[in-house]
Amino acid sequence: MSESPLLSVSKLKVHFPVRGGVFMRQIGAVRAVDDVSFHIGPGETLGLVGESGCGKSTLGKAVVRLLTPTEGSIRFGGREISELSQGTIRPLRREFQMIFQDPMESLDPRMSVRSILEEPYVIHGLGNRAERHQWSDELLDRVGLPKSAAERYPFEFSGGQRQRIGIARALALKPKLIICDEPVSALDVSIQSQILNLLVELQRDFGLSYLFIAHDLSVVKHISDRVAVMYLGKIVETAPAETIYRDPRHAYTKALISAIPATDPKHKREKILLEGDVPSPIDPPAGSAFGHRMSHPRYDETVGMDLSLREIAPGHEVAADPCCVSEEDWKILQKRGTEVSA
Amino acid sequence: MSGETKPLLEVDKLISSFETERGLLRAVDQVSFSVSAGKTVGIVGESGCGKSVTAMSLIRLLPQPAGKILGGHVHFKGKDLVRASDAEIHRIRGGDIGMIFQEPMSALNPVHRIGRQVSEVFRIHKKMSKKDAWDAATEMLQLVRIPAPEKRMTDYPHQLSGGMRQRIVIALALACRPSLVIADEPTTALDVTVQAQILDLMARLQDEMHMSIILITHDLGVIAETCDEVVVMYAGRVVERAGTEELFENPLHAYTRGLLASIPTLDTPSKSLLNTIPGMVAALGEHTHGCRFCQRMGRITSRGTRERPGFSEVSPGHWVETCPHCYHPSA
Repeated sequence: MSESPLLSVSKLKVHFPVRGGVFMRQIGAVRAVDDVSFHIGPGETLGLVGESGCGKSTLGKAVVRLLTPTEGSIRFGGREISELSQGTIRPLRREFQMIFQDPMESLDPRMSVRSILEEPYVIHGLGNRAERHQWSDELLDRVGLPKSAAERYPFEFSGGQRQRIGIARALALKPKLIICDEPVSALDVSIQSQILNLLVELQRDFGLSYLFIAHDLSVVKHISDRVAVMYLGKIVETAPAETIYRDPRHAYTKALISAIPATDPKHKREKILLEGDVPSPIDPPAGSAFGHRMSHPRYDETVGMDLSLREIAPGHEVAADPCCVSEEDWKILQKRGTEVSA
Repeated sequence: MSGETKPLLEVDKLISSFETERGLLRAVDQVSFSVSAGKTVGIVGESGCGKSVTAMSLIRLLPQPAGKILGGHVHFKGKDLVRASDAEIHRIRGGDIGMIFQEPMSALNPVHRIGRQVSEVFRIHKKMSKKDAWDAATEMLQLVRIPAPEKRMTDYPHQLSGGMRQRIVIALALACRPSLVIADEPTTALDVTVQAQILDLMARLQDEMHMSIILITHDLGVIAETCDEVVVMYAGRVVERAGTEELFENPLHAYTRGLLASIPTLDTPSKSLLNTIPGMVAALGEHTHGCRFCQRMGRITSRGTRERPGFSEVSPGHWVETCPHCYHPSA
């Protein structure tokens, strides 16, 4: 990528301590996010997919520093933000915002929509009363809500409308990046498409970048430029959206895509049924996590091996894991590994 | 109706409503459909369309005292379940009709071991001894492909993953070898790879046990994968009903078309604008006149929308609500 990325995350780790015993000493760690690297360019959408417990929401929260990362670097607009204190990061928060799955939980039920929308301006000391009033009207208009909505309270709105309020609030400070954490998964399909369209239009109009986190692959594919697939705290494959669905290389990505119910009863996909469930991120397997789930014969080789992402084709990276890629791909990945170390 | 064998279940103009502060709300408004032996019928619609209330009404599980069945018939094996005695319904529920609900955690009792909960079904419905019921329960766990069933029998629900819990609920539903299973959003709370496992399991068990399934879901993809026939509901009514392939290929009602066009699929170009249905999902009301979908589209005053549209079979097996605005015969 010629342009410098807006957000660049490198070797990020978020571990939560597990305490136990009489003195509540740390006896282990939940490796929610384990050595994750990615970048997002201006105006770009990176989709992040994975099943529950894979660490995708934790990753989203760490990126906007709602959680403090254990290790690694987060560069936003060229500035390292992973170690800034909450005080020094506040002015920067104007530039990155977050939208949540259930806006009912993120909107204060006792505040009118007007005060919800004006709050960011108040916190950052922007505008006078009249200006804030005008800006909040504009925000409502931009997300397709009537002006009369301003004087009402969150409970008076349907799920889709509440999500519009959540989006309006995220837009208030004209951010460059919005982290969308499952923004449409609680909505009915006809409402879901309204919100997806709104997000696409806003991106076009304001040149926003999105980190779009979801478990629904069809939705992610629809809205993203590139997609990263996460499994047990690690990104196992990343590629342009079209490529990852047409030509997935990692065994987990293949299984995930095959599991999407086809919307054409005449062309059902061949299913790759996985055994078991996503393993626990507490004490994950030492080698390839997915190889372990599949009881792959080459699992033992992967213990202690560098399984990080390597480029298999331009813009298409996959974990260098002999359990999870084809024989030919494994040869290419091995060669890439020696090129890098040479 | 043609001269085929009588369907296993026939729902005829079923009406259910809820007593609320705002008056009587009709959640199910003259719903009719039928389920043939060994077939899967999907009921699809958005939240509040009445699909779950329909399912609850079939087995008379409406919340009491607010919910009431006001009219219609549910014929199951020659018996009208709407008019059956409580004792008869008790015998049928969990016996000849099994049920699977969305959230397995709420269908299982958290303080009892799995073994006790599954064997209870055999003790109640089959009057088995404790030992026989335990053995039968272990066999059920094996049937739903739970690894190491003997060991799992002594676990508590919280010790199992979501997918495993849903298998237990399926085991409960199938324990008495029912001829009909009602599954309300059985995979909605599960991850997509686990969903695929559960749907595969249900299809295999259906083959083995020759049962019929009513599958309630909001997910048209799940419908396309698993159902023989589809019932599309909107605001308490059936707006369209057809064989699955026919419905996806040749949807005739504006609402069905709108729904199908709003889902992003892997083939829609990225970042293209999706079709949307304006407005919100209709709130249930007491009025039962007019076309509900016209009301959503803001066509309230125009002529022809005041009367309730008819529901007719426009081609063999393809039924649609024939509102002059919403019914589009294939061009």
